Amino acid sequence: MIHTRKSRTRSGEMLEVMVSEEHHSLTMIVGMAAGDQKQVRRADAPQDTAEAKPASNIKERGETLKEDLDRIIDEIDEVLEENAEEFVKNYVQRGGE
Amino acid sequence: MAIPKILGTETEYGIIGRHDPDFDPISRTLLLINSYQCEMPPPSLWDYTQESLRFDPQAMSFDDIYDIPDQLDPLSINKVLENGARYYLDHAHPEYATPECANIRDLVCYEKAGDRILDYSRIAAEQVLTGGQQILLYKNNSDHKGNSYGYHENYLLDRSTPFRLIVEQFTPFIVSRQIFCGAGKVGTENNTASTAYQISQRADFFETEVGLDTMVKRPLINTRDEPHASREKYRRLHVILGDANMSEYALYLKLGATALVLAMIEDEFLPRTFALRDPVATLKGISRDLTCRKPVQLDDGSTISPIALQWEYWAAAERYCATFPVEPWGLDVLRKWAYVLYHLEQDPLSLARELDWVIKLRLLTSYMDRYGCNWDSAQVTMLDLQYHDIRREKGLYYLLERRGEVERIVTDMEIDRAVDQPPDDTRAYLRGMCLKKFRPQVFSVNWDSLAFNLDEGDIRRIALDDPLQGTKAQVAKTIEAATSVAELLATLSET
Repeated sequence: MIHTRKSRTRSGEMLEVMVSEEHHSLTMIVGMAAGDQKQVRRADAPQDTAEAKPASNIKERGETLKEDLDRIIDEIDEVLEENAEEFVKNYVQRGGE
Repeated sequence: MAIPKILGTETEYGIIGRHDPDFDPISRTLLLINSYQCEMPPPSLWDYTQESLRFDPQAMSFDDIYDIPDQLDPLSINKVLENGARYYLDHAHPEYATPECANIRDLVCYEKAGDRILDYSRIAAEQVLTGGQQILLYKNNSDHKGNSYGYHENYLLDRSTPFRLIVEQFTPFIVSRQIFCGAGKVGTENNTASTAYQISQRADFFETEVGLDTMVKRPLINTRDEPHASREKYRRLHVILGDANMSEYALYLKLGATALVLAMIEDEFLPRTFALRDPVATLKGISRDLTCRKPVQLDDGSTISPIALQWEYWAAAERYCATFPVEPWGLDVLRKWAYVLYHLEQDPLSLARELDWVIKLRLLTSYMDRYGCNWDSAQVTMLDLQYHDIRREKGLYYLLERRGEVERIVTDMEIDRAVDQPPDDTRAYLRGMCLKKFRPQVFSVNWDSLAFNLDEGDIRRIALDDPLQGTKAQVAKTIEAATSVAELLATLSET
């Protein structure tokens, strides 16, 4: 069972979360006070909420990443150190701290 | 009672030479440090007079006896930077300690500034090297051969917080927080159970629960009791368990969630503890569970998944923020913490923009898919290493950052500023600005002191026992108006 829980911080900001009874844990912040919206990043954007079916968002995100990954690996090939085997073998550090 | 969380981090970088058959990490590190802003007069002394590795009487109740490491040589190379940081040789590594910061966002800037300072040093150092010799630097914690070098966080705590409470309530948090702040590592080390890829770089190297050591028998909770501030008022909790992060998001969340949990411990707010049956084994077990779901054993016989354990701390933090006055960044940390835990539950791979261990895992598996290689391949280990290369044009993390493939917390402009300017709101401001204006007369420096060489040959040392004294608001006008060190000291002593 999931229900919404609202609370207010000492500084007066509203914090709204989805509470999943199943894990007696709080699973997703779905909104926040007006005025804080400017600071909302993609990661925390309201459309990325439980109601907005995060599973499909994840899938879309994954597909976009997959397309990009081919190009990324092309770029990696250009910068990756040559003679990886020897390079990795020679990478020996003295302990620190 | 929770006090403002003054924080800082220390990063030891891995160092290796290329086209350099006689490579020696110590002489190359010295060259690096000397090459950074080499127009600076010879480095000020690091003042060790107040610095000692002391046991905490409360921690002594744990009955462990350890050797106290030798005092460092005060003449060993130290560069105190105008941003308030310390840049020095530690054993055989270059190390960068950020200035004290009063908020986690600043600390992200100052830690990231360290990568740039090291890279500027490298570029300058390579100008004097011949035969195409190069110095390569890595912000990671292991060489894949059983050698680890550290990344340490420091949090200022109220001295009155019982150390036993910290051990009890902080251990389950710090053992499980790797699910969002691990840096990811191919393979295993130090005679631990084998696995292809694990969440943490450091987990393999921890062997005890509480202690003073950092190089052998590494403890989950370090008892080093050196507050670099008033011993009566403060404790500096020295956290040695973390991985060095490349991801700003992971770094920010690591610092923020940890600071919130410590504030709750100071206020004795945590409702119950989640004592782990075997914290050291659990640390290694969680590092090997890429689902972050496998239950871990609690002392009372019950089990809990690492994600659920973090949710418990999160839920307490959410109540805490609604009850106590918290730092302004508290709410933003709560949001990101929840976002990450929620997505870890759904599918950890969905965090391939945020978390180092996921970003790297995704790169490695895609690479293996394309080339049909496996986890044992040298190419894969090379990718693992090069992810942490601090060169902007070669490092794989920085390649992703340039392409906009990772979540940022701060801007390049803010990081550039942190390379040259001290933070405004801690004593690091006074340190940095005195170095900018009076460097030739600065005789020695430590976190909690500044000594000046006066014209008459006298050395005058001022103590900076409170990290919140010497801020821009307090001393900017005085420093600006002072035409000599004597004048500066006279005015400072009046206020």
